[in-house]
Amino acid sequence: MQKRKIIRRILDNITEKLLTISGAVTGIAILFITFFLFTEGAALFQSPQVEHGYALYVNSSNPVNTLQPEETKAIFDAEITNWNTLGGKNSEIKIFRIDDAFQIYPESELGENYELLPAKLGEIISKEENILAFLPTQYAPQGTAVKALAAKNIQPKEYFLGKEWLPTATPVPLFGVLPLVLGTLLVSIVALIIALPLGLGVAIYLSELASDKQRRLLKPVIELLAGIPSVVYGFFGLVVLVPIVQKTLNLPVGETAFTGSLLLAIMALPTIISVAEDALRNTPRAMREASLALGATQWQTIYRVVIPYAKSGISAAVVLGIGRAIGETMAVMMVTGNAAVMPHSLMESVRTIPATIAAELGEAPAGGAHYQALFLLGCILFVFTMIISISAEIISKKKTYKTH
Amino acid sequence: MNKKLSQQIAFIIFKLFGVLVVAILISILGFIIVNGISVINWEFLTAFPNEGMTTGGIFPAIVGTLYLIIGSLLFAFPLGVMSAIYTHEYAGKGWIVKTIRMMTNNLASIPSIVFGLFGMALFVNKLNFGDSIIAGSLTLGLLALPVIIRTTEEALKAVPNTYREASLALGATKLQTIKKVVIPAAMPNIITGLILSIGRVSGETAPILFTVAAYLLPQLPTGIFDQAMALPYHLYVLATSGTDLGASRPMAYGTALVLIMIVLTMNLLASFMRRKLEKKRSK
Repeated sequence: MQKRKIIRRILDNITEKLLTISGAVTGIAILFITFFLFTEGAALFQSPQVEHGYALYVNSSNPVNTLQPEETKAIFDAEITNWNTLGGKNSEIKIFRIDDAFQIYPESELGENYELLPAKLGEIISKEENILAFLPTQYAPQGTAVKALAAKNIQPKEYFLGKEWLPTATPVPLFGVLPLVLGTLLVSIVALIIALPLGLGVAIYLSELASDKQRRLLKPVIELLAGIPSVVYGFFGLVVLVPIVQKTLNLPVGETAFTGSLLLAIMALPTIISVAEDALRNTPRAMREASLALGATQWQTIYRVVIPYAKSGISAAVVLGIGRAIGETMAVMMVTGNAAVMPHSLMESVRTIPATIAAELGEAPAGGAHYQALFLLGCILFVFTMIISISAEIISKKKTYKTH
Repeated sequence: MNKKLSQQIAFIIFKLFGVLVVAILISILGFIIVNGISVINWEFLTAFPNEGMTTGGIFPAIVGTLYLIIGSLLFAFPLGVMSAIYTHEYAGKGWIVKTIRMMTNNLASIPSIVFGLFGMALFVNKLNFGDSIIAGSLTLGLLALPVIIRTTEEALKAVPNTYREASLALGATKLQTIKKVVIPAAMPNIITGLILSIGRVSGETAPILFTVAAYLLPQLPTGIFDQAMALPYHLYVLATSGTDLGASRPMAYGTALVLIMIVLTMNLLASFMRRKLEKKRSK
């Protein structure tokens, strides 16, 4: 008997310890998520600007020592063709790639395992003063008149303020997140502008006007709207909204930022309605009655007394709605067309941060610069939503009226 | 303007908004149901996709989603319930509870694609599970955790304190009280949370994109380290990247309908149970 009691006490003790540990599980989860996102993401700034395993070489008489990523890209896109634009001599830039070596030398001259290649490459670069060679570091050219351009790492400034997102471009991928951040904000904010009056209207209707019967119909409808998976919304948007937008607005394609906003507005509605309704309902009955007793109509009471009182709750609804919209992935990806360019108008295709991650992570090799850049996008998203959820919490706790 | 008139106008607008929201839901559901119902038959539910996913069925996707539901909740349900028990029954009312609750809220607000990134970094790459059911289940489980914690806490809150006091007065320990009195009383509500999280888990696409989902598999997964197909991802594939989009459209409608049926059944079941309990309590 005694023994069983002791065992039971030990078991109970273990159970209580386990409960304590599991109490912290969400905190631990958040810590883990933060840690993994940021370690993977921050590694981007230790990655070289030039594609992994490659470097740029010039003739040593060339005064140019470094190139900015945009400059390199412009050269390889033939937008910059003269060294003098870059502070060098007035002569045309001659681009040289590894494949060009095989045009000049037959493979027999390069050795069985290309062991003679570095010397030959060195020879070419030494001869040609205006050359810009993009070569694998494995076959780094050997010669007296060869100069490797300084290999800089990707700079935070280039990432956070860059205006071009070309993650698979060679020789220098560009990871400028500005178009993605702006695309995300554009789609979400417009969605909110559409959803807010609608959601607020329905919330007022539900809390102030609807009969019990109407409320019993509307509430489950809103819950069901919240329950539909986002990929189903996306499918609906793709098959129904996209053609409608294209036809009614007479656009070349229907996959635009506006279509995304429209769909997101529908998806953000349940959040906005239920949070705002809660806030409106929390207005004390005495305040309403006081207003009505003074001769105000019901509508005057609503917009002079109830709404001002519920202001902080309504703001929380707005903030949470934005949070929902910013993080939404599948639905937006399916209807916005996903062009990673700076957004100019609502009627053009845009790409959001979540859609970029979802679309590109599958093709980005693990540990590469592209992969890290996508994790850093995840960090941006994470920070955004953290700020939003914390500020919603602060806002909804703030009392607009002092209670005496 | 006359104040009566402005009131009438405002109220009409609000009523219209309410009607509009109902109309939106009906049009989405109606659209999927009308187009999908003719596709669904026994073969669609039990056959493998065929001919570039334009004929056949979605059996492997249904099975995959089932595995993911079971896998994720096996991990998240006990953990979530235990976490809620600690917060509600043990932790008191100080800063610890506040911090835990804030963490839970924050976890709930993290976008699902971020869970996908995390799952890929930790489970797929770091722990070397590869794209597998276990990696996907753990990722989805994290996502379901806040739902379970919140509903369980609500459930515990609804158990009257007199129950606890009576049990303690009879000489039971705190743990005994929780095991024998509080949990049985809260069970129906806790189950409601479980059902809700099934709905949540079965509909998510972004977290499984890089942790488990396969484009097309010729056979069912045989172990927890295999890849699996899943309904939401299958719908995404059918809608956007099939070999012949026009021909695979009916399959997409059917898949969407099956997915919606699962999710909505779970949600309706949960709210039905909740309502029944509320009635019981008010008696």
